[in-house]
Formats: sequence, structure tokens, C-alpha cells
Amino acid sequence: MERAPLLSVTDVVVDFKTRHGNARVLDQVSLAVESGEILGIVGESGCGKSMTALSIMGLVPDPPGKVTSGSIKLGDRELVGMDQEGLRRIRGKDIGMIFQEPMTSLNPVFTVGEQIAESLRQHENASPKAAMAKAVDMLRAVEIPEAEARAKAYPHQLSGGMRQRVMIAMALACGPKVLIADEPTTALDATVQAQIFDLLQDLQQETGTAIVLITHDMGAIAELADRVVVMYAGRVVESGSVRDVLSRPRHPYTKGLIACVPHLEEEPGPVRKELLEIPGVVPALTDLGAGCAFAPRCGEVMPKCRQQKPVLTEAGDTQCVACWAVHEPAAAS
Amino acid sequence: MTHSVQAAPENPSLVVRDLKVHFGGGKAVFSRDRPVVHAVDGVSFSVPGGRTFGIVGESGSGKTTTALAIMRLVPITAGSVTLNGEEISAYEGRELRQSRRNYQIVFQDPYSSLDPRKRAAQIVREPLDLMNIGNPRERDERVSELFTQVGLRPEQKALFPHQFSGGQRQRLGLARALSTRPGLIVCDEPVSALDVAIQAQILNLMARLQADLGLTYLFISHDLGVVQHICDEVAVMYLGQIVEQADRVALFSEPKHPYTKALLAAVPSVHATERDRRNRVRLAGDPPSPINLPKGCRFASRCPMAEERCRQSSPPLEDRGGGHKVACFLA
Repeated sequence: MERAPLLSVTDVVVDFKTRHGNARVLDQVSLAVESGEILGIVGESGCGKSMTALSIMGLVPDPPGKVTSGSIKLGDRELVGMDQEGLRRIRGKDIGMIFQEPMTSLNPVFTVGEQIAESLRQHENASPKAAMAKAVDMLRAVEIPEAEARAKAYPHQLSGGMRQRVMIAMALACGPKVLIADEPTTALDATVQAQIFDLLQDLQQETGTAIVLITHDMGAIAELADRVVVMYAGRVVESGSVRDVLSRPRHPYTKGLIACVPHLEEEPGPVRKELLEIPGVVPALTDLGAGCAFAPRCGEVMPKCRQQKPVLTEAGDTQCVACWAVHEPAAAS
Repeated sequence: MTHSVQAAPENPSLVVRDLKVHFGGGKAVFSRDRPVVHAVDGVSFSVPGGRTFGIVGESGSGKTTTALAIMRLVPITAGSVTLNGEEISAYEGRELRQSRRNYQIVFQDPYSSLDPRKRAAQIVREPLDLMNIGNPRERDERVSELFTQVGLRPEQKALFPHQFSGGQRQRLGLARALSTRPGLIVCDEPVSALDVAIQAQILNLMARLQADLGLTYLFISHDLGVVQHICDEVAVMYLGQIVEQADRVALFSEPKHPYTKALLAAVPSVHATERDRRNRVRLAGDPPSPINLPKGCRFASRCPMAEERCRQSSPPLEDRGGGHKVACFLA
């Protein structure tokens, strides 16, 4: 258990300069991914989950953004502060990424085969012919029928699910150690989403690639991930094994996130219940104040929550929680 | 607050009969035949007043086109739509415009469905102005009343849409739809663009408004969890047709059509066990194109159970008892 994680993010702070002052979009974010595991990052829009992915890839737009402090390590290589040339060698080779919208992330004027071959030629110095042959193999690996013919197709000739398969083939072409999947199925239909989930799981088991799955859907986390990190307003509020966090959520935000979604039941009762609401909205990142960012929406808020930010502390075997009500329940009464 | 699904008043408010919407056809340039897209192909259902009827399906199933046709926002190729005894599909021109006060729509995207250059109060008031309802003072009062009803503060009336959050914008969309006191509200994916925590706020608001005002909802969604939560009766659409229809308890506890089963199995669940995951049906491929429709059952090419007769002839939507309708030879 005591081996160094494949990818570790430690105390990363990312600031954005805006007209309304400094926005701290990531605040002391720490997480680690072991090889062969699927880590889920979950939260509402604006919680910093996509920004975490971008900072790992070295893609935080600078200016206005900046990784102010912290460290991101892939194996023993430090990624924060690495020059563009070094990052270029890692992106697409050691870390692959799939984005939410496959149509806008594929180039409309090149065939999908050429686009998969491109990364192989860049990173592995493959000949055009060998790269194309490998691209066809990759299309076969992501279960695209008639892979040879499909390699000659342009993105607009493929369906949404097919395009996302192409994105996965592209991201995996160079055999990355880590695959970052940012909302990979949000733009897809339910039955196609299920196909993509199965594919990701199969590929992960075959290749042992670690996956960072970014999503807003707790169901997707339950389906795919081994461990989960819950983010709110740029901070990690809870982390742990998926089983523990889903069955015994400790942070009030995690509890709300699980309870507010109408879950599909096999035997629905004849009486409808009102859904649990998390009142209010996500705060603006420019004026977060001194206390816990969730305090204004929290049902278990105490005076201390408004004065001091809670620190992520162990709570159970696998779980860590940042909440005063969990760590100092005595103060509540 | 809980509210019962019992006590169905047997007065159908909305009746849709054999609705068809086809796009294209005719001659294109160089007198080539333009292909016909069968977006909605013979859909019939009725919704009792004060209830919620849900339509689920994947993209391209025709659920949104059905909603738009009922709203008279796309031309109807064949069939009829009747609301409270008035055949609204037969209206044109002035009559059609007058009838619109009785049925309104809430759109999916709260960002693009509000005019960015109008203030919130103007947006909500616009239907009243256009349909000449009440005098200016009454309209202002109505706007104030609507703001309270949907949970917006009076001082927000002078703001522009970009100053609202997604959830608040959807409240504005609801207020605008409610302004003319319609009986029917068509909701086209009203919560799918919202964050989960905000979804719950809007769904609860919609349930409350329905209880208070006796509204009838036609609820279009791809999210089965949401549909199960809010709908009394649900129809599942595939390639322009209803393949299964039942009340919410029967549809989710005893799904009969293989497509419904696959759709239910595809929903990632927080409660599913390992065994559930291994045993479920997975669909391969994508739906066929609505231009070249297969001769038999439209689902046959993806159906794990399909037999020869499924490819030869198309199964009718039949009542299998208790109003549970299925279009499948094998169910």
C-alpha cells in the first residue's frame, strides 16, 4: 500500500484575475491516483473539477489564470513550472484526455484516422503507414465496426457515440499512464452512455491505465469509480472509497448531492415525495469570506463554520471530510 | 409535502390522435426527390386535466417534435390535437393566436430562451401584452403575483437575464409560461440544463404550482429518474412512435418492451449492486435513420430478442390490461 502514487496533486492553488478581484478557483486541492484505479471527481458546475483536470494537463489559461502554489507530480516528474516543450511531450503520451463534446474537440477537416495517427507520429516517430495501421487497430479496440472504412471518415459522418469512441481511441493511442475523462458522456444518450462506460471499464482492465473521471452525476461515479473526491467552490470537501462515501456520506454537501437527485426506483411507491433541496446557489469565487464556503447553504451550520475554513481530516477507514460538524460535533450543541 | 397520484378526474384535457410530423419531401434542386424524415409517425395519447404525462426517449426519438407540434410550433402533417374539447390543430391565424393563451411552453435552455435585451418583468409581461390580456395596471399586478409564485424577489424585476443564475432563469421561463393562465404547460427538458441541486428546486416548484393551480403538464425528458419522480403516466418513444405507455408504477416496476428494459438498465444507479450490473441488457449500435425506416419493428435492428416476424411487420401498440400499452410481438 505504501508505494508512491502514479499521479499526485498536492495543495494546488489556482487563482484567476477577474474584474471583480482575485478568484481562487482551486484552493489547497490534493488528490492521488494509483495506477489501475478509477478516481471520480464530482461536483456542481463551477466547483473546480474541470480546472483540476486542466491544471494536471498544464492547460490553465495564463493569463488570467495561474497555478499559484502546490505541486503536481507524475511519477517523480514535477509538472508545475515545467516548460511548454516538456509538457507537450507528456500531454497525449503519458496523460491522455477526453473532453465532454466530441464534435468540437475533433478537427472537422481531417479524417478520424489521420487524427489518431497524428499523436503516434508526434510521440512515437511512427512512419505514416505504421501510424495509420495502429490508428485502425485503435478504432478496432474501441469497438468501432468496419474500422478500416471508418478511419477514412470525417467527424461529421459519425454519430455522437462513435465520435466519443474516436476520442477515446485517440487518447489511448500512445498508451498513456493516466486518462483524464472530463464529462465523457454528458452529451450522449443513456444507452450510448452505458456503452461508453462499459468500454472504458474494459479498456481500463486490459491496459491498466488509471482514469480520472470528472462528472456531475453520482450515478456515473457509483457505476465506474473506485474512489471519489467531492469538490465544492474550489475545495475538496470529502473523499474516500465510492462504497463508503455513497453509503455513509459525512459532509452535508455530499449528503445533499446524493439526496437531491430523483433516483430511479424499481418499485416506485404510489405517493410522490418532495425532493430534498440544497437551498441557494454556488457562491461567487471572488468573495468566499473566511469560513466554510458551503455554510450559507448548509443545514447543519454552526457559528465556527462562518469564521474558519474546515480542514480535510480523516473520518473513517477510507474517508476524509472537511466539515466542523463532523470533527467537532460537541460544538454544535 | 406529499401528494397522492390517486383520484384521476376522467376528463381528458389534452387528446392527441394519430399525430404525424414529416419533414422534407417534394422536389429539391435539379428535381431530385428530397428525402422524408418521419420525425413523429402516428402518436396518440390523452392526458387528464391536472396530471403530468411524460414522454421519454433518446435524441431523435421525436419527443421534442411531438411537443412542438402540440404547441403548433412545427407544421402538423396529419392527425389532431384537442385541448379541452377545442381542436387546436385546426386553428390558423388569429384564432390560433388567441388559443395560444391556453397552452404555453417552457424550453430546455434557460440561456437562449430569454431575450437578453429585455428586463425580467418585460419578459414575463410580454405574453399579456401580445395577447392583449387586461389593462396595463392589471398586467403589472399579474407580473408581481407571478414573481412571488415562482419564488423570485420583486426587486429582481428590473434585472436582465444575464444577471440571473440558471435556476432563476428557469423560474422566469415558468413565470412567462404561467402569465396567461394556461391549463396546459408543455415542458421540454426543463431541468436538463441545470445543476443537480438546482434541478430539485425547480422540480419541487413545478409540483407545487401544479397542486396550487391545477395545471396539466406534458413533460419531455431523457432522464428516467426525473420522469419517474414527476409524471403520472409515461410514454416511451423510439424513432417517432410510442413503443410502451403505462402509469408510472407499472412502467417502472414491470417494463415490457425490450427497449424500455434496456433504457432502464442503462441508467447508472447509486443503489445498483454488482450482480445487477453484470445481468443487465446492453444495446449495441445507434438507432437507424428516420429517413430509411425499416419495414418491420423499428427497434428490431438493436433488439436482443428480435425474430423473423419482427423484421417483416410492425407490431401495433396494444393494451395489455390496466392501460399498459406495448408495441411488441414478444412482450
